[in-house]
Amino acid sequence: MSRQTARPTDSRKVSAELFTLTYGALVSQLLKDYENDDDVNKQLEKIGYNIGIRAIEDFLARSNVTRCNDFRETADVISKIAFKMFLGISPAVTNWSPAGDEFSLLIENNPLTDFVELPEGHNKLNYSCVLCGALKGALEMVQLEVDVKIVQDQLKGDNVTELRVKFIKRLEDAIPAGED
Amino acid sequence: MADDGLFEFLHMEIVSYCHNNDLKDEKENALAKLECMGYRVGQRLVERLTKECSRFKDELDTMKFICKELWTVVYRKQIDNLRTNHQGVYVLQDHKFKLLTQLSDGKQYLDSALKFLAFPCGLIRGALSNLGITSVVTAEVNTMPACKFQIQIQRV
Repeated sequence: MSRQTARPTDSRKVSAELFTLTYGALVSQLLKDYENDDDVNKQLEKIGYNIGIRAIEDFLARSNVTRCNDFRETADVISKIAFKMFLGISPAVTNWSPAGDEFSLLIENNPLTDFVELPEGHNKLNYSCVLCGALKGALEMVQLEVDVKIVQDQLKGDNVTELRVKFIKRLEDAIPAGED
Repeated sequence: MADDGLFEFLHMEIVSYCHNNDLKDEKENALAKLECMGYRVGQRLVERLTKECSRFKDELDTMKFICKELWTVVYRKQIDNLRTNHQGVYVLQDHKFKLLTQLSDGKQYLDSALKFLAFPCGLIRGALSNLGITSVVTAEVNTMPACKFQIQIQRV
């Protein structure tokens, strides 16, 4: 007599899809509100930044990582711990620049883009650029200023989604005027 | 598998985005926009959730599904109290609504709390609509973080 209920594994997967679906609804709304893709990209990055500055606290509280000694360690922590914790994926860290200040994150199964196709006429939309904003915001809270760009996008036909992370500078806390 | 906290952060940002407009007519539309987004997410979510479920016996069975399975998937808990007048009005009570727990629980932010309930209302309305039920969903908060969702079934 009882109705067959969804299996537990299914409902965990579905709650992961909640985030994907909500993000998709947001992007659709932004496309309606703004006429050009660059504005949408900027908004998505801003939203990502705001999420990043909060998510970093959650991350540090839950992951018990210690301070990274160099940028390579930072890259590993981002890929193996942070991405794993929040999105359940481990992007590969590759394409280090000779100076060691730039690297790429290669994402093969981007959970944000499940069920997504880019509509016609929106070729400049960087659907995943919320990730760029989030990384930038999160790293800024740990005193690293970085620039993050999407260089390859699976939604646009590439094999992987590639985020290029470039270290700009370390941020020092500014001492308030009048104190030494 | 996206983390739970991420959905809450994203929802906060969406609420903030919708309410950030300075134009007066945009302000009135903010709640409508949020509700619409929730509606679309609810429709799609319920499709995924009920992939292997058999058909619901009746309206009450559908509402129980919303209170148990849907609420568990979205908010990691079940609805605490379901009441109905058996004439198409259902009241769902959640004593500790997940999207309100991070807000302060005094009287100060009761009005702002409604902004955070627009998306969940839409979610319920969308889920019901894809299960064949047209409804109007409203929410009210009297004491944080508890809230009540009132569902009025529209019989055509």
